[in-house]
Amino acid sequence: MATTHTQRTAKLMVSPSIILLLAWMIIPLGMTIYFSLLRYNLLSPGTESFTGLDNYKYFLTDPAFFAALSNTLVLVLGVLLITVIGGILLALLLDQPMFGQGIVRILVIAPFFVMPTVSALVWKNMFMNPVNGLFAWLAKLFGAQPFDFLAHAPLFSIILIVAWSWLPFATLILLTSLQSLDKDQMEAADMDGAGMLAKFFYITLPHMSRAITVVILIQTIFLLSIFAEILVTTNGGPGTESTNIAFLVYSLSLLQFDVGGGSAGGIVAVILANIVAIFLVRMVGKNLEA
Amino acid sequence: MSSIHLKNVVKRFGEVEVIPPLDLEINDGEFVVFVGPSGCGKSTLLRVISGLEDATEGTIHIDDQEATSMPPGERGLAMVFQSYALYPHMSVRKNISFPLKMAGMDQNEINSRVNEAAKVLNLSDYIDRKPGQLSGGQRQRVAIGRCIVREPTAFLFDEPLSNLDAALRVNMRLEISELHKNLKTTMIYVTHDQVEAMTMADKIVVLRDGYIEQVGSPLDLYNKPDNKFVAGFIGSPKMNFFSGDVAAQYNADSIGIRPEHMDSSTESGKWSGVVKVAEHLGSDTFLHVVLDDLGAALVRVPGDMPVTTGDRVYATPRTNELHRFDAQGKTIKN
Amino acid sequence: MQQATLNQRKILTSVLAWLIGLMIFFPIFWTILTSFKTEADAIASPPMLFNFSWTTENYTEVLSRSNYFLHFMNSVIISVGSTILALIIAIPAAWSMAFSPTKRTKDVLLWMLSTKMLPPVGVLIPIYLLFREWGLLDTRTGLVIVLTLMNLPIVIWMLYTYFKEIPVDILEAARMDGASLKNEIIYVLTPMAVPGIASTMLLNVILAWNEAFWTLNLTAAKAAPLTAFIASYSSPEGLFYAKLSAASTMAIGPILIMGWFSQKQLVRGLTFGAVK
Repeated sequence: MATTHTQRTAKLMVSPSIILLLAWMIIPLGMTIYFSLLRYNLLSPGTESFTGLDNYKYFLTDPAFFAALSNTLVLVLGVLLITVIGGILLALLLDQPMFGQGIVRILVIAPFFVMPTVSALVWKNMFMNPVNGLFAWLAKLFGAQPFDFLAHAPLFSIILIVAWSWLPFATLILLTSLQSLDKDQMEAADMDGAGMLAKFFYITLPHMSRAITVVILIQTIFLLSIFAEILVTTNGGPGTESTNIAFLVYSLSLLQFDVGGGSAGGIVAVILANIVAIFLVRMVGKNLEA
Repeated sequence: MSSIHLKNVVKRFGEVEVIPPLDLEINDGEFVVFVGPSGCGKSTLLRVISGLEDATEGTIHIDDQEATSMPPGERGLAMVFQSYALYPHMSVRKNISFPLKMAGMDQNEINSRVNEAAKVLNLSDYIDRKPGQLSGGQRQRVAIGRCIVREPTAFLFDEPLSNLDAALRVNMRLEISELHKNLKTTMIYVTHDQVEAMTMADKIVVLRDGYIEQVGSPLDLYNKPDNKFVAGFIGSPKMNFFSGDVAAQYNADSIGIRPEHMDSSTESGKWSGVVKVAEHLGSDTFLHVVLDDLGAALVRVPGDMPVTTGDRVYATPRTNELHRFDAQGKTIKN
Repeated sequence: MQQATLNQRKILTSVLAWLIGLMIFFPIFWTILTSFKTEADAIASPPMLFNFSWTTENYTEVLSRSNYFLHFMNSVIISVGSTILALIIAIPAAWSMAFSPTKRTKDVLLWMLSTKMLPPVGVLIPIYLLFREWGLLDTRTGLVIVLTLMNLPIVIWMLYTYFKEIPVDILEAARMDGASLKNEIIYVLTPMAVPGIASTMLLNVILAWNEAFWTLNLTAAKAAPLTAFIASYSSPEGLFYAKLSAASTMAIGPILIMGWFSQKQLVRGLTFGAVK
């Protein structure tokens, strides 16, 4: 809906972005695919040779891969479950009239601004440490044995840390959506004799569905690639108990310098992300259309 | 001289032909109104003239100069948008001076022109306010002011009054008409409201589905519509149409008669019917009548005629004001 | 009577909300508090709330032992630099897609967003090797490039949603008024979109400031931003709680304060224009 002149200008102005993103996607991805077909270790340079799909065979049959795959799923789903349910409850609470709402909001939003390395280290050392951590002190206070979170429940601990970082995001988006809910609708429901729960399930929740979709979509993108929290807390361990795909690929490529194997893992990660993406878009596509 | 000539202008959006080949001449100093139902292509036509859209085919001449592929800013035309399209972050003064600044005009000249325009439009008191702080009518005047200062070869108006309330609309209608009398600049005005068209235009262009149905002065269109569409569109309330036997009596496929062109009586007349609703406006009364054999019709009667719902009335069409149409809806000339 | 129950309810919700708010904030509060303790006080049992001897020696120690200022500047340059660069590339693109859309615009946008779904590990090796080849490893330039590309889809998407809210009429009015495309963007679009551009900027500075995959993997010492600087505390220095706290406070302080001050714009930005 404009002149051909403006349309031509428009194309010109959008092209740098398209070219950059295309290059950013195709060049490294192409290289990754190429490397994944090679036997290639940085420790023995100059010995690269073509091995076909061997790297994939090793990677996919490695027990570490299955551990990482299930850890990734547990991590993503665990954090989503906590943040979405917690976020809904918290948003409902913050939407009520109260004293000092602004300050409470500031308190709740704060963890979002904390970089992953800081939150992970603070939780690991000052809270979850079995000797000097606050949780250990709390346990002793109640006469229980201190629990070594990161040694005995590493994945759960990481889920907790990550959920703490993402809860503000979920809460804020859900709260914004809640505040746009038409009050007349609520009063109409009151007139119709709807109870608290009925109002929540028939009016509030459907109204928030779009916001929930956004939360799930955006968080999943970030949660699939959780890395720093694992690196500074457990280093993927003990064993592979807290290794996700991202961390596995990192350790293959930059710790073991196995470029071929790491690349194969990277491609697997890309394929998995795409499966999740397709699944997500299918599931939530309708919600985003409107 | 500021005439605008459109020759064979076609506009397509992809496959959809919004404006089929169209010729139009707009003369210097004329107030031309494009009128038609929504979706008739009148706004698109205006945008093609403005240069915001280009013509798919054909040529546009402004002042005998080919302007078909000129960018909008160089055509010397100024436009008032339906939404006014004021720059919300600029004061009234900045809004009005923006086109002059873009033209690289000297600041002193800008100031004097803006002050002059503000005085003419009664905006001097609001000159430092932002558009958000103005009423609808004031915003409208700022939009007009932004056009005036440029001293354009022609003004384009895209349904400028549709966002105003009824009373203000009448006022602004007068103001724009006065402006035209004072400036004597060519104006092209798009509206779907035939009252605006009738009251303001020197020349009305009636459009339907991109086709020009008729071009003429307001009274031409009212008295001598070329076809059934124009007959029905121009005039308020609408013309009554009848087809069938009664039309055949007049050697036509259908006939039309305006509510004000029937003589009414409670005793006798050519057609008779029962009043369903009587709308008393004081000066006039509009009777919604169900005529025997003919069906529903609207008849204007003097306000003092004592009729109410359920009464039987008689209506006689004035033969010389009766319009006859053929099967294609074309007017049958006498 | 009814007024009283309403007030009671309000007090109850306030207490509950404050409790939860304080709980969520507690780790940050505790970190800041601990940063002012001596190492001995920091691990004292029972933990000391306010009854310790306040000290700033942790800060002086962190500042003297490591080059905090260098890492801080790296963070600033990398996050602000990549955001501005992304904005410069994205504003024209968002203008095009918002005001001159074609049939394929929606697809292009979704494709751009989908590049965000590409897990960084999928391209870690080539980027690492290319950067090594080009001498971009452990340089600010390298990180600015990577983070610009990382965040570009989000920046474009956010700007697009903000631009969409601006009526086309106004840009067309500018065109009628004889503004060139450059002037249309500079004098009309950008000032009108300032709130949107500001939230986009804020959110992206924060995302880039806290980005911890590329910053950890592509830097060593010179270009390491605060994320990497803190990571070096993972062990065994992490056991020095007071110093870890001081370093952490300095790492999150700037962004925390900025985030709090710009809460309103940020909430708008956070929703990526998807929630009204």
